[in-house]
Amino acid sequence: MSLLEVVDYSLAFDGFEGTHQVLDAIDLAVDVGETVGLVGETGCGKSVLAKSLLKLNDIPPARILSGSIRFDGRDLLALDETALRAIRGGGIAMIFQDPMTFLNPVFSIGDQMAEVIRARDRADNRKRGARDVRAAAAALLAAVRLPDAAALLDRYPHELSGGMRQRVLIAMALAGHARLLVADEPTTALDVTIQSQVLALLADLVAAQGLTLLLISHDLGVIGALCRRIVVMYAGTIVEDAPAAQLFDRPLHPYTQGLLAAVPDIGRPERRLAGIPGSIPNLLAPPAGCRFHPRCPLAIERCRRERPALRRIAAGQRVACHLAEPV
Amino acid sequence: MARFLLSRLGLTILMLAGLVLITFVISNVAPADPAALAAGPDATRDMVETVRKEYGLDRPLPEQFVRYVGGLLAGNFGRSVATGHMVAEDLARFFPATFELVSVSMTLAILLGVPLGMLAAVRRNHWLDHATRVIAVSGVALPAFWFGLLLQLLFAVQLGLVPTSGRLEVGTPPPPVLTNMYLVDALVAGQLDTFWDAFGHAVLPAIVLAFPCLASIIRVNRAEMIEVLGSDYVLAARAHGVARARVVGVLALRNAMLPTVALIGLRYGWMLGGTVLVETVFDWPGIGLYAVSSAIAADFKPIMGVTLLVGLNFMFANLLVDLAYAGLDPRLRTAP
Ligand SMILES: Nc1ncnc2c1ncn2[C@@H]1O[C@H](COP(=O)(O)OP(=O)(O)OP(=O)(O)O)[C@@H](O)[C@H]1O
Ligand SMILES: [Mg+2]
Repeated sequence: MSLLEVVDYSLAFDGFEGTHQVLDAIDLAVDVGETVGLVGETGCGKSVLAKSLLKLNDIPPARILSGSIRFDGRDLLALDETALRAIRGGGIAMIFQDPMTFLNPVFSIGDQMAEVIRARDRADNRKRGARDVRAAAAALLAAVRLPDAAALLDRYPHELSGGMRQRVLIAMALAGHARLLVADEPTTALDVTIQSQVLALLADLVAAQGLTLLLISHDLGVIGALCRRIVVMYAGTIVEDAPAAQLFDRPLHPYTQGLLAAVPDIGRPERRLAGIPGSIPNLLAPPAGCRFHPRCPLAIERCRRERPALRRIAAGQRVACHLAEPV
Repeated sequence: MARFLLSRLGLTILMLAGLVLITFVISNVAPADPAALAAGPDATRDMVETVRKEYGLDRPLPEQFVRYVGGLLAGNFGRSVATGHMVAEDLARFFPATFELVSVSMTLAILLGVPLGMLAAVRRNHWLDHATRVIAVSGVALPAFWFGLLLQLLFAVQLGLVPTSGRLEVGTPPPPVLTNMYLVDALVAGQLDTFWDAFGHAVLPAIVLAFPCLASIIRVNRAEMIEVLGSDYVLAARAHGVARARVVGVLALRNAMLPTVALIGLRYGWMLGGTVLVETVFDWPGIGLYAVSSAIAADFKPIMGVTLLVGLNFMFANLLVDLAYAGLDPRLRTAP
């Protein structure tokens, strides 16, 4: 059985100008121990999907149009706030993009860690004294390889570097021993050397604790480094889902092909970067049929009318394209 | 922290010195002749000159200023030319009454305003939000004297729930003088009956005085809370399973309180200087009435005394705000 199972999930945001159809019939299953990368252009709905896994999109303005999300066999959409609290941080843990803004500026690191640890304790019906909570916080900071963890507890976010802050956020995510770790662009805001350190840390944690990982990024390099499977999103839909090697080798969706062609290759600087012509569609009135058809070089009449289903084309590879042939 | 405090204190003293100078200059460029006023309308030229000498008003201005400042340093605010009272004694009598009223008002405004603002933010566009908006708008729009009269008519005259005016029932003797704030003095002396008597008298004027302040606290706290609730760190706390009540009531509140605290400090200063209408309506023997009657009599020493005292309190409130800010926001503690 899959650990996470998203079936036919559609979500829209109601706004003044109209309804943004942000997620459209998302189908995604993640098995225990898998490392899955979710890639797509900015605004395609990656973060909204990640937040959906913990019911963190406020309703309203969000509105769930269809579908279900199951975690460990439980229907998340049916859970109330109290039951959700056990899942948040305890079943599914989240790491966010910007360590500058995801830590509260007016509380010390220790206070914020303690808040999270106490929330976990409450969900597990456990009680600990302040001293034990502090020790647990220091242990978590040490687990993300922050030196001098005990002293760090009394510092404030503005006294820490970006890389340190991101490690603190990772430590918080580890507090509940969640089985699924969702990391939403955890390294985008960091500079390159720090980026690779944090990625290495994540890889080690995933391996050491047997975590299941859903890593979100628009950087295929980051995803390729950590994930065995890659899911490609375009304008709120999943267009391709394949084992990483297979996807890099033989992308089947025209959008994936365009995406790969747009990745700079240090070994071949003479190659012209091929960007994808056109721009991402307005989700207020997404294109009918295949949402990619206005930008697709291969689009045919059928693509304009009919929404392509996400079909299994080859072993472990699913594609949402009318033109993809079984191999 | 100690350096922060010292520099603030130094700044306060500097501002105070400026205030003394300005009030002194203004009171001397005003066209009225205090000696003539003190001597009365029928006084002869000689009598006026005698009064002028007696009050030292015939000395050159710089000398008057030095003498005034010297007096201030010794706690002497001079003598009222209209009544002959020592201004310091008048202030010690009238200021505590106003201070008491303002403190009750402020407490009321904070205790109601912060939770209401929070509630309005959490229940945005719910009827609760609309209800607090009515308070917020009317607090700004209602004139104090009209609102005061209305409350007097309804709660004092019609319903008889509270007394109409004054600080105590006619027969009640004031509590032994300690601070001249009846609420405090009554408590210290253990006279609970007197305390409730004084409290009953303070309720209506305090509500009227609190209303505009309550309105701005609600507005600022609501707006700030909405912003904080939409922030990334609140999202992160929720994602880690922190209960909503804790997120709102503990984590977000501290962030949202920053602008509210600044507002409270400012409002407190304004309130001290703006009690005249309420004191008039409720016949509250405070510093506002004292200032107005002195101004009408062109009696400058009391006016300067009131100005300095209110200014001093204003600065003190600002100092407290700065300290509270540093307590709430660690980013300010490390700043030079
Ligand atoms: N609260 C909201 N209200 C209205 N629209 C929203 C809201 N949150 C997200 N959206 C819309 O949903 C779409 C997807 O946003 P999302 O943040 O998921 O993009 P993303 O793929 O994570 O992009 P990025 O790579 O920049 O993080 C965007 O068009 C955005 O405008
Ligand atoms: Mg995002």
